[in-house]
Parts: sequence; structure tokens; C-alpha cells
Amino acid sequence: MVKMVEAPDGVEGAGFFATKLDQVVGMARSNSLWPLPFATSCCGIEFMATMCSHYDISRFGSERPSFSPRQADLLMVMGTISKKMGPILRQTYEQMAEPRWVLSVGACACSGGIFDTYSVLQGIDRVIPVDVYVPGCPPRPEQIIEGLMKIQELARNESQRRRNTPEYQALLESYNIQ
Amino acid sequence: MIANQELLDYLIKKHGASILDSAEPFGLLTVHTGRENVLDILSDLYAHDSYRFRFLTDLCAVHYPQNKGAELVIVYHLHSLETNTRLRIKAFLDINDPVIPTASELFATANWMERETYDFFGVIFSGHPNLVRILNEDEMDYFPMRKEYTLEDPNRRDKVDKMFGR
Repeated sequence: MVKMVEAPDGVEGAGFFATKLDQVVGMARSNSLWPLPFATSCCGIEFMATMCSHYDISRFGSERPSFSPRQADLLMVMGTISKKMGPILRQTYEQMAEPRWVLSVGACACSGGIFDTYSVLQGIDRVIPVDVYVPGCPPRPEQIIEGLMKIQELARNESQRRRNTPEYQALLESYNIQ
Repeated sequence: MIANQELLDYLIKKHGASILDSAEPFGLLTVHTGRENVLDILSDLYAHDSYRFRFLTDLCAVHYPQNKGAELVIVYHLHSLETNTRLRIKAFLDINDPVIPTASELFATANWMERETYDFFGVIFSGHPNLVRILNEDEMDYFPMRKEYTLEDPNRRDKVDKMFGR
């Protein structure tokens, strides 16, 4: 049985349905997120399970993992990011078009994890802004899916032009992006 | 297999004064030498008619901070594939003058291993074609595997305890 997305609140009548454009766009975005998997280590293996048929993130509209940042909406960072990898991750983020979200999966991406050492970035939020953190070492596919659903919630409820809000611009400013 | 004693006798006969010490931990013949002789020994063993040590399995460094004047040791692991014999050669260096000639002209594989040794211990391999960092970020201005750092700075701010309580 196919479960369809529920229609947003609106005014319904014979032959018409009226609602806010924001809500329609949000609904469309949240159910067609194209993730870019940035998988560097064991959490990436867990993501592969999440992506495959058993857990299947396609059920949430992420049918097409985009291996080009230019067509991706969601950057999923899974695994240890070394300091040398930091600039590459940042460049990947910069290449993504708005609207874009970042999901940080696993202890290493969130905080450096057990690698409290000279060569490992202590959390990707030191180089790019993060929307949702998924804890775990590694997290189970269910947790990754929940993280994805939190991103969907953000996409559904955010204003259509988040990029124009002063808060968002100040956030990017603080990371010296743009 | 070449017997350890036979190999050691050969090395002492051929290189006499440059063999400073020898040992056989776990049956692996280990000879100590100085940095000015190490290339001679390597190339002699490489070119030898029957020994033919033509595979450099590993090249690395160790830091012994308490060993004043010879803090750094460069370790060469050789393997003779035809006789299936292994040999280890060690050369000690002063940490204030960590220079040793490159083995990359003899063994192509030494190129990256020397870069790694430079990256982590700051050993300068003179004559190396491209002695730059290989694993760490280029901006790093220290040699992380040297035993000269305190374990952790209690005032460090790159971990936020409030969020990731350790």
C-alpha cells in the first residue's frame, strides 16, 4: 500500500484547494531531499545499510543519493573528518546550492569522537554549520533515519527563503562562507 | 634462509668498523650503524650476488628522549625474497641534527616512507627528491610522533565539555 503525503492545511471546496505557497514548497522539498553522502569511515557503512532495501531512505523521498554537491540538498557527513579533510568538506558544502542542510552522523563527525588527537577535526561544526546531529558510534540505521526525518521537518517548516534571513546570513558569516 | 651468524660475519668482515652493535631479538638479526655508513651497507647488500636484499619492507623512526645525543633511530627492515631472510638495520641520530642520506635512489619504495618519517619525526633525508609532508596537513608546524609533548593541555578549548561531557 502506498502511503501518500498528507495535504497541508488549506481551504478546500468543489474543484479547488487553496493553501500557502510556503507550505506547498516545504512539503515538496521535504519529500524529495537529495542527499550527498560524505562517508569517510564506519558510519558510512551504516549509511549504506540505511540506503539499501532493508531500511531504505528512498521511502522518505531520498531516492537519489547525489554524488555531485551541485545537485544535492542535504550533506550527510558520516565518519571521522581529519584536519586535512576539513577544507575539502568545506569546499563540498560551498558548492551546494541553496537551500541546503547538513546532517552530522556519528560521534566523530559531531565531536571528534574517540579521536581526541592532533590530526582529527573535533566536530565538523568547526568548518560548516550543522542542522541535525545524530549521536552514536556508529548510530543504527534507525537513528540515521530519524536524523533524516528531523531534516525533513526543518525543510517542511522553514520559510522558503531561509537564505535571506539575517540569522542565516550571520551564521554563514561566522563561518566565513560567501 | 641465511643464518644470522653467517650474515653478521659477512657484515663485520666487509664493513668492520661501521657495525657498531648487533642483537638478535626474536631471532631477527639487528645491526647498528652510523648515518654515514648506512647507504653503503644497504647498497652492498642489495648488490650482493647471493644475499640480494632487494626489498625494503619498512623504513621508520623511533624517538628515545632519554637517549641523549642519539634520540632518534632510523630503522630499515630489509627482506631478501630469494633466500627469505630478514634483516634490520638501525642508525642513531642526534635530535638537533636529524639528517641522514636518502635511500630512495636505491629503493623506490623508500620515497614515501621517508616522507612519512619526515612528516612524523622531522628527520631530514638529504637528497630526497620531494621531502614534504605526506599524511598530515601541510600547515602543521610540528612533528607529532616525537615524545616531547605534554599529554593534554587542561585549558584547551577545542572540546566543549558542556556539550560532549568527557
